[in-house]
Formats: sequence, structure tokens, C-alpha cells
Amino acid sequence: MSVLDPSSGTPLLRIRGLEKAYGQVTVLRGVDLDVAKGEVVTVIGPSGGGKTTLLRCVNFLETYDKGSIRIDGEEVGYQDGPRRAMRSERDLARMRAETGMVFQMFNLFPHLTAAENVMLGLVKVRRKPKAEARAIAEHWLRRVGLAEKLDRLPSELSGGQQQRVGIARAVAMDPKILLLDEITSALDPELVGEVLDVVLQLASEGMTMLVVTHEIGFARDVSNRVVFMADGLIAAAGPPRELFGGAIEVERLRAFLSRFGARV
Amino acid sequence: MLAAILYAIPFLMQGLLTTIVVSLLVVVLSTAIGGLMGIGLVYGPAPVRWLVRGFSDIVRGIPILVLIFFIYYGLPIAGLNLQPFSAAVLALTVFKSAQVIENVRGAIGSIPRGQMDAGKAVGLTFAQRLAYVIAPQAIRRFLPPWINGVTDAVKGSALVSLLGVTDLMHAMQQVIGRTYNALPLYVLGAIIYFVINYGLSALSRMLERRFSYIRE
Repeated sequence: MSVLDPSSGTPLLRIRGLEKAYGQVTVLRGVDLDVAKGEVVTVIGPSGGGKTTLLRCVNFLETYDKGSIRIDGEEVGYQDGPRRAMRSERDLARMRAETGMVFQMFNLFPHLTAAENVMLGLVKVRRKPKAEARAIAEHWLRRVGLAEKLDRLPSELSGGQQQRVGIARAVAMDPKILLLDEITSALDPELVGEVLDVVLQLASEGMTMLVVTHEIGFARDVSNRVVFMADGLIAAAGPPRELFGGAIEVERLRAFLSRFGARV
Repeated sequence: MLAAILYAIPFLMQGLLTTIVVSLLVVVLSTAIGGLMGIGLVYGPAPVRWLVRGFSDIVRGIPILVLIFFIYYGLPIAGLNLQPFSAAVLALTVFKSAQVIENVRGAIGSIPRGQMDAGKAVGLTFAQRLAYVIAPQAIRRFLPPWINGVTDAVKGSALVSLLGVTDLMHAMQQVIGRTYNALPLYVLGAIIYFVINYGLSALSRMLERRFSYIRE
């Protein structure tokens, strides 16, 4: 299986030749990546390799310099056509609503309760009546095991609980693709499991996901494909069995994995 | 002394009303103008940021009294003649707007970047992110220095008496001019200013508690 091989038709997410630099520092050097509908693709690799930047570009939290990102055939961030012009604020918001994102630092709205965090996008973006939004929020918070915490402020929740609210906030919008950015890196070790369980559950239900993680074991369990990124490029990619099993011989990957002691 | 104070009170009421009107006008106008300029300073494109930064630095570098005289005596030379009342309100508004700009910048700057990201990720537009994500969090940081500024505006409004506007301060001086008894009047004036500003401070503390839902 190659990087560019989604088994069926046009991929949901299609990234071609993606380049991004912060001033003199080049972060992405021409990334090609496809994610098919229902697929879970995990991005691993050393820090500073461009994983998080790649993810943030897909949601247009970062602009990108060259290349193309398409979701359902629609160019992310820039207007279609030869001139590279930014989309309008309204258009950007509409497209961002189609992708869900969960952050390393949770980024919950601290002035809103768990339920209100989930409801904000439903009410203001999806224009749902309050009662309906509340019902959807309750549904998703129950799904992530927080039925008892609906009306708690983020400051009253543990890190693991906050991150589960973060997941509920993202999936409640019914996104086409869910982006997870090192969502367990800021958690105490004993809280990681409860968050990853929720993600595994979503994956098993067919949610399309692009996941950046340092949890190698989790990447192995959840992914259809794993992508190894280093120095702004995809250095290796394949099903977890191949990538972690030693079938793919890439020196950087071998060195990276040996640090985790994570040969499978 | 009490007799002198009781005699003066009716004469001061008209002045007090002017002081309150001037203060209110200045606070409302400067909050609106300074608020918009502050948002421009934080989120605007480079030229807007430079303009606001320049305005704020220049105004805050000039004594308020110089600003008042400049607008009242200086602008007519440039062909703009303002009534004393308008000139005083304009000068105080310009001065206070510069403070509000810095209040807004500080309040928004205290909010983690991730909040804007999260608002974007949910699909909120810029205006919605300001209204539902940034403002509710920034208000708590904005209020204490802003109310400080409001008390400054009330106190600073005494300077309009220098342009002959009959505010509380000017009314006091008129009574003194008739009675030649300065001390009771200044005591009374001080008490009135103090009561207003102490009330504002108490209101400030109450609002701070009201908005203290964010624990850090």
C-alpha cells in the first residue's frame, strides 16, 4: 500500500505538494497524503517534524505556502482558480465547521460549562435551537462518559475529562473528518487510557480521522495506516503491521521507533 | 462651617449635573472608540496597528491639560472652533480613548492563543469568536483598569472648569467668589467627588466578583 493509495475512489482528504515555512524555517517540504472516508490515518515522528503544522493546515489554523489541500474536492483556505486568494471569513468558518479538531491543551472555553462548550458551535454555527443543541450535547457527553458533568465548568474537571469534552465538542458538529493533535500529551499517564478509549470507539464506528500522536501503541491499534513524518516530509507510510513490524526499512523510522522500544 | 456648606449645596447641584454629564459622555464615547481601536490594535492589519499604536503613544505622552488647551485654543487656528463644553468633552474623550486601547490590548493579550484556535475550529466567524469566546473572558481583565479610568474621568472632568464650563469645580469657585470662604467649599467638593468615585470603586469590586467565574 502506498501513501497515495486510498482503496476506494476520490479520497475525502487529499493533500498534494504541501509546503509551509515560518520565515526562514521550512516546516513542510512537499507533503502528499490522502485519507479515505472512514479511514484512520496516524501521523507519528520526531518533534519538529511538521506533524502538528500539517494538521493545523488541514483546518486552516495555519496558512500554507504551496500545494493543495482538498476536503471533498474543495480547496481549504484558498479560493479555487489560478489566483491564490484567501477565502472570505464566512467561507473559512463554513469549511472549518466541516472539520473537527481536538487540541493538545484542550482549549475548552473556560467561561462555559461542559454542555455549553459543546452547544456553542451547534447554536451559533449550525443554527440549531437551544433545546436541540442541548440534547445533542447531552448525547455526546454521555457517549464520552460525562453524563454527570454536563453543567460543570472546565476548571472543575480533570484533564482527562476536559479532553473528553473537547472530543464531544468536535464530534457533535458532525464533521467530515476529525483532527486529533497530540490529544493525550498534556495528560497524566493514568488519564490517557480514558481518552484513547473514546477515540477507539469513534474509530470503530467509522469516523474519518487524521491523528497526530506520540502513543505508538495507540497508533498501532487504531490506525488503518501510519505515516512517519520527519524533517517536513513523509519518510515512510503503510499499515501499522508493516511499519512497526520492520517490513519498511527506513533508517530514521528505525531510530525513532527504537527510542520507544516499540517494535511490534 | 456647616452653615456655609448648607448655603452652597443648591448652587453646586447644577455644576454637579454638568460634571456627571461630562463624565458619562467621556466614558461612553471613549469606551466605544477606544474599544474599536483596541481591537484594531490586536487583530488589525499592520497599517491599522501602526496608526493606533501611534495615536495611543502620542496621546498618553501628553498631559491632559495640554491636550485640553490644544483642542480649545489650538484648533481654532486650524479653522475648527469648538464651544468650551464640546472642546472639553473631546479632549477628555481622546485622552481616555488612549487608555481604553491599552486596557483592551492587555485584556485580550491575557487570553491564551488556543482560545481563538478553538473558536475557529468550531466554525465561528471572527465576529462570533470575539463575541462568544474572547469578550466574555477578556471582560474580567478589562473591568478593573477600565473602572479606574472612569474614576480618572470623573476627577479629570474638573479640568473643564479651566475653559469656563460650569461643572462642580467651577460652581464651587463661583460660590467662593461670593462668600470668600474657601475651606468649607473645598471640603464639600472633595466629599462629593469622593462619594462618586468610592461608589464606582465599590461597583468595580462587585463586577469583578460577578465575572470571577474563570479560575486560574
